[in-house]
Amino acid sequence: MSGQSSYNPTNPVEKWFDERLPILRFSKEHLMDFPTPKNINYWWTFGAILMFVLVIQIVTGVVLAMHYVADASMAFDSVEHIRRNVNYGRIIQAVHANGASMFFFAVYLHIFRGLYYGSYKAPREILWILGVVIFVLMMAISFMGYVLPWGQMSFWAATVITDIFGAIPIVGEPILVLLRGGFAVDNATLTRFFSLHYLLPFVLLAVVMLHIWALHVPGNNNPTGVEVKSSRDTVPFHPYITMKDLFAIVVFMIPFAWFVFFAPDILGHPDNYIQANSQITPAHIVPEWYFLPFYAILRAIDFDMLFISSKLGGVIFFGGSIVILFFVPWLDGSKVRSGTFRPLFKPFYWLFVLNFLMLTYLGAQGAEGIFLLLSKVGTAYYFAYFLLILPIVSRIETPNPLPASISESVLGNKGE
Amino acid sequence: MNKSSITLKGLVLGAVMALSGGLSTAPASAAVVGVEPELQSWTFAGIFGKYDSNQLQRGFQVFQEVCASCHGARLMSFRNLSEEGGPLFSEDQVKALAAEYIIMDPELVEGERAATPADGWPNPFETERDARGSNSGAFPPDFSVLAKARGVSQKFPFWAFNYFTGYQEGGPDYIYNLLVNYVDAPHDVEVPEGQSWNAYLGGTLAMGPPLFEGIVDYEGDVFPETVEQYSADIAAFMMWMAEPHLASRKEMGFRTITFLLLLAGMMYLVKRKIWSNVEH
Ligand code: HEC
Ligand code: HEM
Repeated sequence: MSGQSSYNPTNPVEKWFDERLPILRFSKEHLMDFPTPKNINYWWTFGAILMFVLVIQIVTGVVLAMHYVADASMAFDSVEHIRRNVNYGRIIQAVHANGASMFFFAVYLHIFRGLYYGSYKAPREILWILGVVIFVLMMAISFMGYVLPWGQMSFWAATVITDIFGAIPIVGEPILVLLRGGFAVDNATLTRFFSLHYLLPFVLLAVVMLHIWALHVPGNNNPTGVEVKSSRDTVPFHPYITMKDLFAIVVFMIPFAWFVFFAPDILGHPDNYIQANSQITPAHIVPEWYFLPFYAILRAIDFDMLFISSKLGGVIFFGGSIVILFFVPWLDGSKVRSGTFRPLFKPFYWLFVLNFLMLTYLGAQGAEGIFLLLSKVGTAYYFAYFLLILPIVSRIETPNPLPASISESVLGNKGE
Repeated sequence: MNKSSITLKGLVLGAVMALSGGLSTAPASAAVVGVEPELQSWTFAGIFGKYDSNQLQRGFQVFQEVCASCHGARLMSFRNLSEEGGPLFSEDQVKALAAEYIIMDPELVEGERAATPADGWPNPFETERDARGSNSGAFPPDFSVLAKARGVSQKFPFWAFNYFTGYQEGGPDYIYNLLVNYVDAPHDVEVPEGQSWNAYLGGTLAMGPPLFEGIVDYEGDVFPETVEQYSADIAAFMMWMAEPHLASRKEMGFRTITFLLLLAGMMYLVKRKIWSNVEH
């Protein structure tokens, strides 16, 4: 989308520089002139919000690492030391811990935006796949980060989650030992998790760069799903989108600040204020809220299937629930992107959203009785949505007529 | 109504919806089956909450005279007792207090010395084994962050409101209710040796009732020397130990959010101005 450039350096130094490293030209084209559909709504600000949170996490994380001690006997107290004795430590620590939650909150909205507006469809499949890679990295990073304070939940979450890998046939055991650095979760686990928790965010950052590169080739999708036809359909990124994104970021910071300053522990679990103890298992081992839907799926499989044990089955469905996202661009055959124009798709989509919220709820409940039954129903619908509903609906549905262009749809709106 | 305000509403709704998904993580802690907890109105609750330094001083007195013989507080230093937002003892008082305690110091020829304000609160037992030995096998947990390691469980939908009220006092509420609910066990329950029945837990624990009416002598007669009063005071003190910067954190939060609201309003106006020449 970067056609002919509007960057015309006049000053000889700038010209000289541009011929050697055209970074200013690049920035002008991609951060200022980049043509963006003028009808994108506030759901499109979450990409910028995610960038912002990523930077916040890296900056606060680097500061925390200056004071944190990755040693099983000292980790717990070192985090308390940060909260108590480091200047602004309580705030920095709370921003980082709650930042992880805000990050997932934003990424879920970002993903569901994509699922509704069909942003994963051609020509944006790679963009979507990179998104799923980012999501997997985020899960790994936050899981390892949660282990670092070495509280009871840290320890037992680490035990339960690494145990999942142990269920894989043949390679499971070696993977388990590799992850834990031994047979049980211990100091070796803590030190390698810290090392990786520091490394992976930079890998994530690199994948985000690719994500944005893949965005800037086809350009943004938009709420109508109709491709940009002429320059009348777009506005330059700066100042239109930059200003809108900045406004959204500030609004997003308000609930973020609410959690940090007024309820910094509300999203955590009281048990994590008890130092890790391998001799005492907590009554309920509950993962962080953002893992709950997938945790519910893991636990929904409590029966053996042929030669597959229930444990391995749970792992297959758990892994499958994420891997399946990679294939969404090919499972949904509809040529119409935006859900707005797909009458049959829409109810199934909203049911999927509700189902996902239900799974989140169920992940925090005991796996028994009605909760277990509902988890099974929820798991079935989760997979049916991707494997049956999207392929079938896209074949039998008659979409509503699409607007001829973005500009036309905008004018149509005004008439209403 | 123009389109951007509609989508903004959608955004807020979406946020509330997605949050209600997160809500289900309300601490499912301590499978409490006993009596319903009585929630207290703490001075440090809410967005303007701060500790009452007189209450913290009373709480410290209960801690020092009763609980400290079994429970440690390794992350609290003597000097914290004179810091802003805390019990506000004077520096001289803290110095004198510290001097009453002995610190083991293997670097010294004597092997020990009097504590200074910079020292941490000394443990009542030298090792965990000693502690268990004197407490019928149970370990009295360290108080440093204990107030944040407990919570009360609430029924749906009450816990859901906590996200909007910022209720973070589950720990002190738990401690208060634990301490005031030492009663005789029901007839059909056999309480094992070394254990005591607690109606709040709906079970037994290895700590006998530590408080009795009049066990601590408060200065003056403004505050009753009852188990309820002691319990509230020690619970508040334990919360301060666990979260010593609560007041300054909340003050900073109030300033930050006020600033963000104003900034957001201004940004919105600028954004509207910029977009005013675009049909969208
Ligand atoms: C005689 C020693 C002793 C004294 C004095 C004592 N405790 Fe304890 N406390 C214990 C022991 C032992 C436990 C561990 C109980 C168990 O694990 O069953 C305990 C546990 C606790 C717990 C944790 C209960 C739970 O939820 O697991 C709290 C809170 C507590 N004590 C508060 C206090 C307070 C407040 C005081 C002072 C008013 C106090 N204790 C005085 C011995 C004592
Ligand atoms: C660190 C996490 C992420 C960051 C920083 C990020 C960043 C961005 C940015 C800046 C945009 C453009 C603005 C917008 O459309 O909101 C974007 C678009 C997009 N992202 Fe992400 N993203 C992240 C995670 C994800 C994930 C997990 C997915 C999906 C699984 C995803 C899928 C997409 C798609 C499909 C688009 C194009 C949307 C469209 O144009 O309609 N992203 N991303």
